[in-house]
Amino acid sequence: MIVEAILLTVITASTPLVISALGELVTERAGVLNLGVEGMMIMGAVAAFAAAQMTGSPLTGMIAGIAAGAVFSLLFAFLTLTLVTNQVATGLALTILGLGLSGQIGESFVGQPGVRLPALNIPGLSDLPFVGPVLFHQDILFYLSIVLVIGVHWFLFKSRTGLMLRAIGDSPSSAHTLGLKVIRARYLAVMFGGACSGLAGAQLSLVYTPQWVENMSSGRGWIALALVVFGSWRPWRVLAGGYLFGAVTVGQLHAQAFGIGLPAQFLSALPYAATIVVLIAISHNRRTTLINTPASLGKPFVPDR
Amino acid sequence: MRIELEKRAQASGLFTLVSPILALVLTLVFGGLMFWALGKDPLFALYSFFIAPLTEVWSLHELAIKAAPLILIAVGLSVCYRSNNWNIGAEGQFTVGAICGSIIPVTFYEWQSPLLLPLMMITGMIGGALYAAIPALLKTRFNTNEILTSLMLVYIAQFTLDYLVRGPWRDPQGFNFPQTREFVTEGILPAIWEDSGRAHWGFVFALVAAVGVWFMMRFTLKGFEVTVLGQSERAGRFAGFSSRGMVWFSMLFSGALAGLAGIAEVSGSINHLQPSISPGYGFTAIIVAFLGRLNPLGIIVAGLVLALTYLGGEGAQLAIGVSDKVARVFQGLLLFFVLSCDTLIYYKVRIVLAKARGSAAGGVQ
Repeated sequence: MIVEAILLTVITASTPLVISALGELVTERAGVLNLGVEGMMIMGAVAAFAAAQMTGSPLTGMIAGIAAGAVFSLLFAFLTLTLVTNQVATGLALTILGLGLSGQIGESFVGQPGVRLPALNIPGLSDLPFVGPVLFHQDILFYLSIVLVIGVHWFLFKSRTGLMLRAIGDSPSSAHTLGLKVIRARYLAVMFGGACSGLAGAQLSLVYTPQWVENMSSGRGWIALALVVFGSWRPWRVLAGGYLFGAVTVGQLHAQAFGIGLPAQFLSALPYAATIVVLIAISHNRRTTLINTPASLGKPFVPDR
Repeated sequence: MRIELEKRAQASGLFTLVSPILALVLTLVFGGLMFWALGKDPLFALYSFFIAPLTEVWSLHELAIKAAPLILIAVGLSVCYRSNNWNIGAEGQFTVGAICGSIIPVTFYEWQSPLLLPLMMITGMIGGALYAAIPALLKTRFNTNEILTSLMLVYIAQFTLDYLVRGPWRDPQGFNFPQTREFVTEGILPAIWEDSGRAHWGFVFALVAAVGVWFMMRFTLKGFEVTVLGQSERAGRFAGFSSRGMVWFSMLFSGALAGLAGIAEVSGSINHLQPSISPGYGFTAIIVAFLGRLNPLGIIVAGLVLALTYLGGEGAQLAIGVSDKVARVFQGLLLFFVLSCDTLIYYKVRIVLAKARGSAAGGVQ
């Protein structure tokens, strides 16, 4: 039973990381580095909480979260793609504004009970012993995260549009010469990333801890950014990385509960330290990093007229 | 409707000056709209946010207190960003600087000596520099992205501070409050003009650092090296500059200044360590650096402006009953407008109304 319970919490902790990292993966594959994941996530969280609270429907909340993330990312897209501002600085601006704005919007929701997204049973499968309750009695967001991994993998590596997106990310000027609409594709990729981060935020305020707390994303957006590097811009590896981090997060919480003699603060710092270790492990081989990184990542592109 | 950009042959001198001012004006307009949407009188709200804090002497002192860490950190960050090293973990270096600077006054709490203060400042700078050395080492040795590592270290620094003030460093006579002993008088950074308010020497440090870095960037080879390597690493290599060396220099330098800001803040205005010692100075300093156009003298002005948003946020909370989170919204908006207005410096922006090409219909030339 305890294993079952731990696995359930690992899934809940991993899902937001996987969803937002997948969105950022698509954005970065198009050659755009959006450091605003944390900001879009927290905007999604507050919008989802507010919408669910006011309508009583967690599904409406989920949609509101997606919409908030996408609209908020449009701000980033306009600045970096139309006005060619520095992507790093603009991403930071998005995070700072998101944290401030969400705190302001969410002020009246602090301490109010939230609406929880119910778990869905998959008929037949959820009655299986052990596997059933763990994998097939989850909320819709878990299923969605798996569908997203498969979908993004198929899109990027099996579809023609995905091939074009990767071409744009590797060499926007050649793609432009071939007649591809670079800027439009990048707008869409950024908005997909925003929608995913918004959805991940919705998961935080509707499933993970159904309430509104200021700064409740607590660095998950940044961990998602690290996951994209860790997964070397491939969806399945991002999924694996997401679960690794989910396991570390949950593991340290259980270690705190059991009291293993280490100060709680060191255990709380563990997921962040793990991120650094994992980044070292993955980036020390310069060649593999070079091969996998989208070649134009973070570089501005102004089409010739 | 479409927006087209055309690269200018050279950066526009006019817009270099106008763009930060334009950004400020746009922020004020949007801020006014936000207050209006919250059901407040926008003019009175903006007055109590941005003018009222400037009308009294004591609040000018508070302004200097808040501007000091912002300027110190941002001046260091400007060297980083100019050389294309993205240290965004200044908040962590600030925290570790505060911790390391406090080692002596906390462990030898009875030691009273004029040497104490200089030692605290030096250990604080060393602490901040060492903490920034971690992402520098990881970047030069393992090719690890410094944006992510420096940011993760912020969380770790905050947990470490939390552990210290609740655990080994907690004041035994402090009724279990999570804070250290008060520093002895010799460990407190003195006020500049004690008679009129509590602004401490941290502000002087900030001004000296800004002028010093301005001089370095303008007149020394090191400053030239920073600019060249930042604009083109290849060109820098041909000139014989080391880009690895620059990673180390810029990170250690900005870390040391952030560390100094940390211990100066703790020693000058808090006088002990506690779980929270900064309202996000390390992150706001990023905005300060950009608003100041990565120019140390511009950063002094920008630091004062951003300090005003903190102060205005506190004042507006009392005067018009809006939350202090409005300050953060203002800061985020400001950075957005600064970045977008900077486009005007390097590009001609044309707004094309018709579908046909080349039919420019107005816009900023």
